[in-house]
Amino acid sequence: MIEFTMPSLGADMDEGTLDQWLIKPGDKVTRGQVVAVVETAKAAVEVECWQEGTVGELLVPVGETVQVGTPLATLLEPGERAQKPSGRRPHKPQPAARGAAKPTTTPAAPAPPVGAPPAAPGHRRWVSPAARRLAEHLKVDLDAVAGTGPQGAVTINDVEHAAAATPPPAPAAKAPAGKTAAERAAERGAQMRQAIAAAMSRSKREIPHYYLADEIVLESALSWLTTRNAERSIDERILPAVLLLKAVGVAAQRFPEFNGFWRDDGFQPATGVHVGVGISLRGGGLVAPAIHDVPDKKVTELMDDLTDLVARARAGSLRSSEMSDPTITVTNLGDQGVDTVFGVIYPPQVALVGFGRPARRVRVIDEGIRIVSTVQATLAADHRASDGHRGALFLTAINELLGQPDLLEK
Amino acid sequence: MKTAYRTAVHDALRDALRDDPRVLLMGEDVGRYGGTYAASKGLLEEFGPDRVRDTPLSELGFVGIGIGAALNGLRPIVEVMTVNFSLLALDQIVNTAAALRHMSGGQFSVPLVVRMATGAGRQLAAQHSHSLEPWYAHIPGIKVVAPATVEDAYGMLGPALADPDPVVIFEHVQLYNTSADIETLVPTDICRAAVRRGGTDVTVVTYGGSLPKALDAANELSLAGIDCEVIDLRVLRPLDDDTILESVRKTHRVVVVDEAWRTGSLAAEITARVTEGAFYDLDAPVCRVCSAEVPMPYAKHLEQAALPQTPKIVAAVQSLFGERP
Repeated sequence: MIEFTMPSLGADMDEGTLDQWLIKPGDKVTRGQVVAVVETAKAAVEVECWQEGTVGELLVPVGETVQVGTPLATLLEPGERAQKPSGRRPHKPQPAARGAAKPTTTPAAPAPPVGAPPAAPGHRRWVSPAARRLAEHLKVDLDAVAGTGPQGAVTINDVEHAAAATPPPAPAAKAPAGKTAAERAAERGAQMRQAIAAAMSRSKREIPHYYLADEIVLESALSWLTTRNAERSIDERILPAVLLLKAVGVAAQRFPEFNGFWRDDGFQPATGVHVGVGISLRGGGLVAPAIHDVPDKKVTELMDDLTDLVARARAGSLRSSEMSDPTITVTNLGDQGVDTVFGVIYPPQVALVGFGRPARRVRVIDEGIRIVSTVQATLAADHRASDGHRGALFLTAINELLGQPDLLEK
Repeated sequence: MKTAYRTAVHDALRDALRDDPRVLLMGEDVGRYGGTYAASKGLLEEFGPDRVRDTPLSELGFVGIGIGAALNGLRPIVEVMTVNFSLLALDQIVNTAAALRHMSGGQFSVPLVVRMATGAGRQLAAQHSHSLEPWYAHIPGIKVVAPATVEDAYGMLGPALADPDPVVIFEHVQLYNTSADIETLVPTDICRAAVRRGGTDVTVVTYGGSLPKALDAANELSLAGIDCEVIDLRVLRPLDDDTILESVRKTHRVVVVDEAWRTGSLAAEITARVTEGAFYDLDAPVCRVCSAEVPMPYAKHLEQAALPQTPKIVAAVQSLFGERP
């Protein structure tokens, strides 16, 4: 039997809320199939399953928030027979029945005859009726409240503490069903802010960044694009951003110490190059989902991928692999008008390449003064994984690739 | 001045006999012996054998006589030695006294008072020690009261005699020797529960012989920072839901202490009413402290172990608080 668990959709994700099941017991699941929609702090994400089998049991109901790693469903491997449902429900371990263990003032006193049975492993979260009502009234998210009552139940006291800890206008709460779209969006915005705060704090706390910058002359790249785009219809035209992505991807393949993860005090190079694309969202905040296997894709494919990715990121329907897979990130603030961006690495990645605004600038080229289009490329890299010397070569490689756009077309 | 519960019962009987010529007292050993618990000492001498009568050992017979006397205009007080023995008179109480008003279309009423001792704690074993009040509280047509204080031991008899229907009074054997500082004993009522100790954290509902234990537990718990409200039911039928529910809405937690066996008990009934009437105010499961489900043992240590005790009540209350911050 295979357990399908809540995936980690990024370093900043501890838990997710199951929004929708797209499978039911008995369904056949193929590798890569989208089986569920999970809501994280950042977005509603379509979660893929990477194993084949038949769905046995769905263990987590829609609307429930569970920790990363919690089994969500069981899959039967081909040939395996269905067992009867285990009835098991994954959950955070509940504290044992406290009434029985609590020391009483008189040692001779036997355990009190509490009416409720001892905490069974498979019950729904225990919230006292009064606490539930109060939470609704105070708009406190019960999933975020730790229970300190009998047998770990959430009590009035717990809700009041949670309410006091949460400033009313900035609910840290997840969106339970029944809220308006605007409320859900506002809550998600607040959560995203927190998620970004957590990831970026970790980055600046743990990662010794070093920064390099290089000016890239885009003349050949842009004229190449102009020529190519002239042959295409408007909606097939390639944006310069795609060439930049491709150049970073190809360069990262050549310089593997910028493509991977710093984990457990060591660098783990990634097997493929999946470039995370920083996408700012209309409601505020950003996500950096991956375009997979960038060096192996044609620029036309990358253009399609980018268009699709941006649309889905803004619609809040990304896939789990896109959230969890980036091996290096590209951020492009050119549209916002800045010349240069010094990025913050998204842990556990080890490098981030930034591009500023491409502009016509006066430069000395071939001993002559010329007006050319240039862009400021920067590299923020993890000094634990690489050194400035290699970083400089990496940036230079991107520069050179953009000078030979034919190499990028494939 | 200290007044004992026993004295209060005695004075109530004496005053009733004195104030109303229709009142008479009968039962086993109430006359010459002065009552099994000495509650009627001296009354035979004071009021004579027409008003204070010893009866043969036949509960079925003398409770029936009491019903007949009540139907014919007297105000009999029938004493049954213990609730265990009253089962011999269940037919009279349940099938006749409780039902006659209804069966006669309101033509007859039975203004009978039946007093009986109840409860354990005196090593009287399974023959004499049970708490069967819940059985009586099950029966429509009678009122069931359980005076737990000296005031009520005196004060409930008058209203019981004034009631046009049968009233069963349960006096817990452990209460006869309790006493309180009281200037003047006056009639109380037989309709409301009483809050014996105000509190904010948990409601302890109890009655009769368990009230002192519950109050002791409340005192002990107050040292641990838990403020108990203790409700004395006083009237077991009809139950005063309002007082209980009002308290639960304030404290959000309930422990019911009932010396009867848990199964099918008053504690069960109160638990049900709390969940029906105050479910969304509950912050913890309702918890019961009842007697062990065995016929009451004779051996002292076993008897004490079988009964609700202060430490058990303390532990039950604490169990409703989990990790208290």
